[in-house]
Amino acid sequence: MSAAVTSRSAPWGLLLLAVAAWIGAYASLVPFADFVIGLFGLTRTTHLGEALHFFFYDTPKVLLLLTAVVFAMGVVHTFVTPERTRALLAGRRLGVGNVLAALLGIVTPFCSCSAVPLFIGFLSAGVPLGVTFSFLISAPMVNEVALALLFGLFGWQVAALYLGLGLAVAIVAGLVIGRLGMERYLEDWVRQMQASQSADYAAERIGWAARIEAGVGHVKQIVGKVWPYILAGIAVGAGIHGYVPQDFMASIMGKDAPWWSLPAAVAIGVPMYANAAGIIPVVEALLGKGAALGTVLAFMMSVIALSLPEMIILRKVLRIPLIATFAGVVAAGILVVGIVFNAVL
Amino acid sequence: MKTIKILGTGCANCRNTYQLVEEVARAKGVEIALEKIEDLQQIMAHGVMSTPGVVIDGKVVHAGGVPARAKVEGWFA
Repeated sequence: MSAAVTSRSAPWGLLLLAVAAWIGAYASLVPFADFVIGLFGLTRTTHLGEALHFFFYDTPKVLLLLTAVVFAMGVVHTFVTPERTRALLAGRRLGVGNVLAALLGIVTPFCSCSAVPLFIGFLSAGVPLGVTFSFLISAPMVNEVALALLFGLFGWQVAALYLGLGLAVAIVAGLVIGRLGMERYLEDWVRQMQASQSADYAAERIGWAARIEAGVGHVKQIVGKVWPYILAGIAVGAGIHGYVPQDFMASIMGKDAPWWSLPAAVAIGVPMYANAAGIIPVVEALLGKGAALGTVLAFMMSVIALSLPEMIILRKVLRIPLIATFAGVVAAGILVVGIVFNAVL
Repeated sequence: MKTIKILGTGCANCRNTYQLVEEVARAKGVEIALEKIEDLQQIMAHGVMSTPGVVIDGKVVHAGGVPARAKVEGWFA
């Protein structure tokens, strides 16, 4: 049966058609939005027309980008399993190991609910604590959904900055935690986990047909879950676009805001829990109302990277001093990112 | 009768996997003893790093995500 599965030929023709349809759709975004507001008898010269145009342009655009990126990542995930990542990282030294771990965090399939099993699995296979943390910080924070959404909504520059700074925070925070030598703050049963046992289930050999299927499955799972948040985010953005004065937030979170604005944003973001899609409406609203980009991105990073529920789960494997250090180092890194950002832009 | 354990800390994917296995087994008329393992130490003892994992008669057959229906059907073939 498995032989039949692997030898199935991949649906290249269908994939090609899908790519062509995607390009066609992406190329006709503006005419589509024009057409839709035309149906309402509106033009872009009115507030309502402009707001609706923004909504009907941005929604398909972001969903198209997200679908493409999520599909590609679904295929990539079939190459990079957590087991393979672990093998690549085992025994690496601090430094190179942290860079590699942060990069692998982008492409390794990761669900926040398996953060703890992954954490223990890495440690028991001889991945150093600091390197493990680099992975654990990068994997949820620098993910394809966050990048695709930032790219779609705010342009590639913002997405690239988020990618670079997210990696930097993950690498440096992991290095710091590694240097502090906090292995003694692991719970005893974790330290006693025997290095050996990796599940010996036969990692199936899969062909391209299955890889493409995995990509489609990933799209169904991710896009199917996050589209309401995206609609909400763009609706908020559209509302602001048409109506609210641009400098509404500028005095609290803008470039000339008081010094405590950025630390306050990070402090509010740390205990909060939301995924990349859920936080996008808020980001859209803040940016649209004149908040500074560095402050907003720092807020977004702190919400995604750190959360109270995650720390409660981590408490099963880490003692309080290590959790506090983890949260403190990551929050400090994010704060620095925000300061640099606001100073440079 | 097969003894099947679903390993997972209680996330949505773990529940989906549990339901899928239950459903396919019933459709195929295979009798199974299905059990959910949510305790971390037990999960780790199976050497599973990415949940949900599926253990059949003590052997890990799947880990890291909801298995495809065809794969689940293969277990009961």
